[in-house]
Amino acid sequence: MKPDLFEAPDYYNIDDLLSEEHKLVRDAARQWVKRDVSPIIEEYAQKAEFPKQIISGLAEIGAFGPYIPEEYGGAGLDQISYGLIMQEIERGDSGVRSTASVQSSLVMYPIYTYGTEEQRKKYLPKLASGEFMGSFGLTEPNHGSNPSGMETKYKDMGDHYLLNGAKLWISNSPFCDIAVVWAKNEDGRIHGLIVERGMEGFSTPETHNKWSLRASATGELIFDNVKIPKENLLPNKSGLGAPLGCLDSARYGIAWGAIGAAMDCYDTALRYAKERIQFGKPIGAYQLQQKKLAEMITEITKAQLLVLRLGQLKNQGKATTAQISMAKRNNVDMALTIAREARQVLGAMGITGEYSIMRHMMNLESVITYEGTHDIHLLITGMDITGLNAFK
Amino acid sequence: MKILVCISNVPDTTSKINFTEGDTKFDTNGVQFVINPNDEFGLTRAMWFKEKQGATVHVANVGGTATEPTIRKALAIGADEAIRVNAEPIDGFYVAQQLAEVVKNGGYDLVIAGRESLDYNGGMVPGMIATLLDMNFVNTCTGLEVDGDTVTATREIDGGKEKISTSLPLVIGGQKGLVQESDLRIPNMRGIMMARKKALTVIEPIAVTAATTDVSFDKPAAKGAVKLIDADNIDELINLLHNEAKAI
Repeated sequence: MKPDLFEAPDYYNIDDLLSEEHKLVRDAARQWVKRDVSPIIEEYAQKAEFPKQIISGLAEIGAFGPYIPEEYGGAGLDQISYGLIMQEIERGDSGVRSTASVQSSLVMYPIYTYGTEEQRKKYLPKLASGEFMGSFGLTEPNHGSNPSGMETKYKDMGDHYLLNGAKLWISNSPFCDIAVVWAKNEDGRIHGLIVERGMEGFSTPETHNKWSLRASATGELIFDNVKIPKENLLPNKSGLGAPLGCLDSARYGIAWGAIGAAMDCYDTALRYAKERIQFGKPIGAYQLQQKKLAEMITEITKAQLLVLRLGQLKNQGKATTAQISMAKRNNVDMALTIAREARQVLGAMGITGEYSIMRHMMNLESVITYEGTHDIHLLITGMDITGLNAFK
Repeated sequence: MKILVCISNVPDTTSKINFTEGDTKFDTNGVQFVINPNDEFGLTRAMWFKEKQGATVHVANVGGTATEPTIRKALAIGADEAIRVNAEPIDGFYVAQQLAEVVKNGGYDLVIAGRESLDYNGGMVPGMIATLLDMNFVNTCTGLEVDGDTVTATREIDGGKEKISTSLPLVIGGQKGLVQESDLRIPNMRGIMMARKKALTVIEPIAVTAATTDVSFDKPAAKGAVKLIDADNIDELINLLHNEAKAI
């Protein structure tokens, strides 16, 4: 792969709206991605393997639970810092960002928000340091956009719970040490349970032959009469709102992350367009290529402003699910469109592993589907503005 | 051992350089600033002394509030305390006098400054500090070991290296070789969090005058068009070099 020459675009001087600490956190993540992710990621994506050696680096730059308070091993940063870290990691690869998103928003967030003090102290510091890796089980083979129809269930056996069912499309599952699993009790109410690797009847087969997120491990969580200690139930919230609260946090991170992938594609295409000579001049001198590049930087700039405002709202505890949906949907679609256009700018070179564009494009096909599909997010916005439910 | 690392706040090497106010001032608009690379090699070596020999490491910068992100990064990398002399760094002699005052008041054993800053490339500050304070001085320093008060330093000379034995207190003009590029550190989250609580003391400059004033800056002339001469047509090449370029 070519050396990583990335220069981040900032067309509207948005850096001026960030704090000194935001920039320090962002630049540290940016430097780390350049040093530790860019040189190896293409090789791992090509061989469809998660680069486990970067876990400690992810922990060091604060990618695991940056907004979790310091007393639980987090960094106590704000939501804009969290977003900037996700942006920089996804600039490297959406699969690596997925690993960090799951760990932060889908594992640490529910344990911190819905868990007991004992659960927080037991799990959060180890998750923050990367000693433990986590996964999140909500989606099932027959229940994707409609998680409330889940079939995974548990029974109260007096001194423990008995968990049965299966979850699919689970990032980090093949190597996770713990899984936050959503299942129905005997009354049909959804609760969160912490399942630990090694519990009898718990297995995590890997999903192979993906064309997307190839540098991230995806798999199943299978529960065959797994005995769960009662203290592993997350007691402080139940119902579908509990997992959806986690998704709000993760979708927020994705809205930032997608900008990273878009920036990398734009930066690559811009550099290539200025260097590639056809008909005696750089292809960047032709109107058709300039249109592509000008539209890319316009969309990136709009997306940056969207997430910055969303981050301010989230810092104030005011960001709504529907606002987060809008940003996730818009920014991932923006990134995917830019990846496809950037690929065109590079011509045939764009399809090779010499450049990151095709990898970003394939990754974003997952990102536009997971954490609420592109279509479902429209229905969330639609319901929010009309007050009418079009889901069913 | 008490170490002071002098940190210059310079534009990143990928910055586009422009001037304003009739080409008399550097245009900072859109420019990202970093720790001067020669200083960063020194800072990283200082961290080694801190971790292996229990040294205390302070950093100092002469600059306005805009330089604080760069100073904070040095704290996040691991420096214990920072001092900012609240003044624009007018020229090398002005900066050296300010830093000499910091060194004098702080009682430092070792002062590490980059051999030159990447912006104006003066290369004068470390030598001037040593002169002002009558301290030992090693310039273009590429290796540094300290044992008690005894110092073994390596410096780059034309075509080779020179090994020097000297003693503290010492000023060095450092560069790559003190550590390698692969040794440079990215601030980790723990470091960034700790940097929040570390002291960044702002002091007012001492009353000294600068020796020089910038009159104007000129950028290098833009690259001209290239004329390609066929390899078989040597006569034409010589003709152009002689009559047009007047190079031969």
